[in-house]
Amino acid sequence: MNHGLWIMLVGSLAAAACAMVGCFLVLRKQAMMGDAISHSVLPGIVLAFLISGSRSPLPMLIGAGSLGLLTAFLTGALERHGRLQPDASIGVTFTWLFAVGVIMVSAFAGQVDLDTDCVLYGEIAASPWDIWLIGDTSLGPRAVWILGAITVLNLAFIGLGYKQLKLTSFDPGLAAAVGINVQLWHYLLMGFVSLTTVGAFESVGAILVVAMLIVPPNTAYLLTDRLSRMIMLSVVFGVLSAIGGYWLAAQLDGSIAGAIAVVSGAFFVAAMLFSPTHGVIAGYISSRNTYTTFPEEPEAQPRA
Amino acid sequence: MIESYQQELPPWLAFFTFSDINVRLILAGCMLLGVSAGVLGCFAFLRKRALLGDALAHAALPGVCMAFLLSGTKNPVVILLGATVSCWIGAISIDLITKYTRVKEESALGMVLSVFFGAGILLLTYIQRTGNAAQAGLDKFLFGQASSMLDRDVWTLAIVGTLMILVVVLAYKEFKIVSFHADYATALGLPTRAIELTLSTLLVLAVAIGLQAVGVVLMAAMLVTPAAAARYWTDRLGKMLAIAGFFGALSGAIGTYISYLGPRMPTGPWMVVAVTSVFFGSLVFAPKRGILARLTLLRRIRRQTAEENVLRTLYVSGEKEHRMDAPCSTAELMQFRSMTAWTLDRTLERLMARGLVRETSQGFFALTAEGVERGARLTRIHRLWELYLTRKLEIAPDHVHDDAEEIEHIITPELEARLLATLDYPEEDPHARRIPPAAGGGVIAT
Repeated sequence: MNHGLWIMLVGSLAAAACAMVGCFLVLRKQAMMGDAISHSVLPGIVLAFLISGSRSPLPMLIGAGSLGLLTAFLTGALERHGRLQPDASIGVTFTWLFAVGVIMVSAFAGQVDLDTDCVLYGEIAASPWDIWLIGDTSLGPRAVWILGAITVLNLAFIGLGYKQLKLTSFDPGLAAAVGINVQLWHYLLMGFVSLTTVGAFESVGAILVVAMLIVPPNTAYLLTDRLSRMIMLSVVFGVLSAIGGYWLAAQLDGSIAGAIAVVSGAFFVAAMLFSPTHGVIAGYISSRNTYTTFPEEPEAQPRA
Repeated sequence: MIESYQQELPPWLAFFTFSDINVRLILAGCMLLGVSAGVLGCFAFLRKRALLGDALAHAALPGVCMAFLLSGTKNPVVILLGATVSCWIGAISIDLITKYTRVKEESALGMVLSVFFGAGILLLTYIQRTGNAAQAGLDKFLFGQASSMLDRDVWTLAIVGTLMILVVVLAYKEFKIVSFHADYATALGLPTRAIELTLSTLLVLAVAIGLQAVGVVLMAAMLVTPAAAARYWTDRLGKMLAIAGFFGALSGAIGTYISYLGPRMPTGPWMVVAVTSVFFGSLVFAPKRGILARLTLLRRIRRQTAEENVLRTLYVSGEKEHRMDAPCSTAELMQFRSMTAWTLDRTLERLMARGLVRETSQGFFALTAEGVERGARLTRIHRLWELYLTRKLEIAPDHVHDDAEEIEHIITPELEARLLATLDYPEEDPHARRIPPAAGGGVIAT
């Protein structure tokens, strides 16, 4: 397989994994939690590096996963016990953890094989060369295995918890009334978001994970009213963005991750304009049809 | 002579002589940035749009790159212009998306943030590949590099910062009303949209001037965290702005100091860590709104409630025996009040120390004369409230006890007097129990 195809596969897997969990973030109005978690996993990744001394995926997943959950807990705690408004508690938490991460990267620059640029926009272009070897047998790029595993895990999580996730996302009150632990599912979702984020982190970097997490789901959100279709559509848009982004980056000789974000944004703008049900143009036409002719008001009858 | 003396100073002290022109410059720049971001962040915070700064900061990146691509220089004014324009487009996109589609605001923020940033990264890598020699340092806008600040950068910061503060002072009243109650402002006939736009523009400017020092990613912190910290210290907008500005400047100074000491220490992230430490300090220690203050208050209220419950139980049991100083055993007290033995012991100790209760024999307690008076007052309020609820609000007599149980700890002497007057100085509560008369002759037989 040539390098271009490998890169597209890595991008598509990252996009698919992100889009699946991203749908629930969008529906729960927690899109910015994706932003927060993707930033605050940084110190976890650096710590995992320092402790394990390698880039092996398991310590990184543990480090980043725990930081992601810490972010979710800390935000919740600031809201409840600190009486801080939700947007500010997210803002305070993740910027702080990210700053700590950046300081750790600069302080241990010698020991940590991570630079701050990689943190921001990943190294997807290098992923085909990072081969997973067992003995002398090459199993293909490591990123494909990691992201493939995360995609399968996310699929299993959503498949097994579909009912609970759906209910807690749309009507937490009802969910609690029928005996679903709303808090538990919230933290489970946050755990899987962290896992996905760290898996995609190496390939596309901290901020572009956010694009993958929330842009395709919002595009799908404008095209359908059914959750199952929304998840499928967002995966499709994610994969299309990855492929289109690779093409765009090749044209400009620029960052692939950046281009993927730009293409996914273009899909959103197209959906925003042309969606048959929720698009701006459709809305304009239907509002014109509705309001150009006022219904005839019955003449006021004088009271007898 | 003086110079050689200064050279002998250890670095942690040498900083405070401010003799290094470079240190002075960076310090001034970071503190100016802290002040303007802190002040402007307050308005975004109060409008519940704390993350707008985060989104706008990221949205500045493509503008910075475009400005560089078009002009070929890193002149701060050109870069500032590019950043401002691109932030503006970002802000308008967020508005348009939320206004014309069903996408929620935080999704719109996140999308603008990540897509604009992606475009910026794409442009940045494009510039890097084209190999323009002058681009070196453009990527410093990602994390900021305060140490690369030049004279002209600090002057730009100073001028734009002063102008922004001036606008805030001049339009203070308008900004205030829009931040707290935009609908009311519209009803008053104020141009709410224009004021909101001005505020967003100022926020955009604050972001744009901060980019070089702390970078795109951490600029968000300088906008949110000082405001969030200042909120714990005051309920007044004017004070909040001043405190947030001060916290911003303080963290600017701390960040500069730490990066001066440690050569590999980046200024921007340390500023963020400093301002977050200030935030956590405020969260815990601020008077009134801080966690410690609230816990202390809570403990005081719990103690007072426990004390008053014991006093009233002793009073009521005395009433039953027709002897106000009738002793009551701890077992009896615990039966009436759901209290642990430990809490009851502590409460009784405090009451005895204040001379309201005395221990008649081992494990038996009775009210003192002063205790009787306090118990009478609590019982009076309790029964007055029960009567008020049944008579004025027409609630069934068997539903009023729990409510009275809570209100007896809260009612002030003024309210008590009004209750007495409203109920026409009654003598019996709905359960036909005597309402103890007020000591000062509150109950006048008529």
